[in-house]
Amino acid sequence: MSEGDGAAVIANGDDAPRPLRIVGSAIADRVYTWVLTAFALCIPALLLLLVIALGLAGWPAFRRFGFAFLTSSTWNPVAGIYGAAPAIYGTVVTSIIALIVATPLGVGVALFLSDLAPRRVRQPVAFLVDLLAAIPSVVYGLWGIFVLLPFLRETLMPFLRDTLGLGGTVFFSGPAYGPSMLAAGLILAVMVLPYISAISREVLLAVPRSQREAALALGATRWEMIRGAVIPYAKSGIIGGIILGLGRALGETMAVTMLIGNRHEISASLLAPGYTMASLIANEFAEASSDLHLSALMAVGLTLFVITMIVNGIARWLVWQVGRTGSGRP
Amino acid sequence: MAGLAGRPDGERTTVSAPAIAPAPDRPHRPSDRQRAFAERTLGTVQRRRIVNAVMLSLLFLAAIAATLPLLFILFHLMRLGITSLTPAFFTKMPRPVGEAGGGMANAIVGTLILIGAASAIGLPIGVGAGLYLAERRGARLANAVRYLSDVLNGLPSIVMGIFAWQFLVRPVGHFSALAGAVALGAMMIPMLTRTTEEMVRLVPVALREAALALGYSKWRTSLTIVVRTAGPGIVTGALVAMARIAGETAPLLFTVLGNQFWSVSLAEPIAALPLQIFEYAKSPYEEWHALAWAGALVLISLILVIGVAARFATRQRFGAHGD
Repeated sequence: MSEGDGAAVIANGDDAPRPLRIVGSAIADRVYTWVLTAFALCIPALLLLLVIALGLAGWPAFRRFGFAFLTSSTWNPVAGIYGAAPAIYGTVVTSIIALIVATPLGVGVALFLSDLAPRRVRQPVAFLVDLLAAIPSVVYGLWGIFVLLPFLRETLMPFLRDTLGLGGTVFFSGPAYGPSMLAAGLILAVMVLPYISAISREVLLAVPRSQREAALALGATRWEMIRGAVIPYAKSGIIGGIILGLGRALGETMAVTMLIGNRHEISASLLAPGYTMASLIANEFAEASSDLHLSALMAVGLTLFVITMIVNGIARWLVWQVGRTGSGRP
Repeated sequence: MAGLAGRPDGERTTVSAPAIAPAPDRPHRPSDRQRAFAERTLGTVQRRRIVNAVMLSLLFLAAIAATLPLLFILFHLMRLGITSLTPAFFTKMPRPVGEAGGGMANAIVGTLILIGAASAIGLPIGVGAGLYLAERRGARLANAVRYLSDVLNGLPSIVMGIFAWQFLVRPVGHFSALAGAVALGAMMIPMLTRTTEEMVRLVPVALREAALALGYSKWRTSLTIVVRTAGPGIVTGALVAMARIAGETAPLLFTVLGNQFWSVSLAEPIAALPLQIFEYAKSPYEEWHALAWAGALVLISLILVIGVAARFATRQRFGAHGD
């Protein structure tokens, strides 16, 4: 605006071409802003297109089966009956295993890096953990098939079932073939670990020094300082990181498809094979015989999309909250 | 107590005078109650020390346990991948089962093509949106876009595959490399948006103001001063995004499909390293398993090379700032 005024003043002078150029650049400025705005609007547009695509593709199955699609456990392509309950159950179970294993490890590493590690150790350990996020899902799957599954079959599963005597409980009963919800959950734990630890570390480093020093000055040991002063301050950020990890675990596809055994059944035993929503879509997409089968798979995709949207929305909001209150305090 | 002792004398006597008076009446040795209290305190101190030691060593163990999986995976990749990593792997086409030899030449080229095409789609939009977020810091639309791009960033990649399949494969009736590139490009957009915004924000305001004061228009300031200064950071962000999509498999299942033959056309199904690894890993054949490990090693190496390049770009930026 101010440049426009300037142009008007100069236009009264002798030099005629200059104001034209300035007026031109004011227009160029506006065009530039429009172009940037258009690029920015691509993001909401992309999200909208995602919703439309999944809605269009999944709608026939939802219209046919209604809400029962989510609660029925029958998945029979031959009879044309589809229910996603086993896949939803498997998704929840594997994600819970992943979080139970990855949360103490991820937060532990983050605390080690933020409060214990000497400066020289900090960088390489953080790098190694972050590198886990760079490994493609399919490579995790490959490693899982040829290294993790034999280990589970021959060592860990017999140990849990027989040596620890957990075979009597519902959770570890039945034969141990290898491909199972436990295997998928463990590989997911490794995969979400870098996300949980990265966000936790970020939040923990944002805890002010004075907070730590105050605790130490009151005579707290280092652990009491961590428990009483550091963790409470960073709590909602850490929870945000865990939920973000949950979002990753829910939608992880390839490694899970390769390790979970792909079977439509709801079993309490973690040693039993199962399905997750993402692995169901990936595994059956190529062999989907009818339009309804395809649509049922896409409806599962829509369900997965909605769930991860909600989970991510909550996680981002929590992390964002910490950033806001954290900077507000001294 | 320590605080009291430090005060000027006059004040101390007035405060503690009544307290001193009963002192001579007390016995010099501690009473049983006092002794018990002291022992209890000593016990808690010891317990607190033990708890402290145990918890700190648990944190240390967590750090070790968290680095172990990576070391294991890299170890197995090296051990099992390197044996089948012959020159033929890079130059030959896949062979049918039973025939020895064979490589993944088409898949390596296919993955490079996919990365290039995805970048062509994702880079301009992602960088443009990131510039917008940085220039319009407080605007309501900017906040909404930032939040949505974060949410988009966390969505499962398989969802992107379904999106590209619905709009680009289903209407056309056949799979294509282009659909895969769109899915991967869409994944790059939110990653690039956030890194670009962060990098542009690091550009000193003084630099921008200097350009404006010299009579540069806003768009010229933005493109020639701001983007140029933030350039290496944006390049780093772009490379990191490329490294992240290079190994994506799930979206490719719905779009690219894979191809046993040589194809570089964007309109045709194309081979890709991750897909090939997936196919070979699922198969029951030993020689294909070996090829899958070699493929995984090549894929990881590709990703690490891109990652190292990204680090190098950042280091140069910091070097320039140091001068």
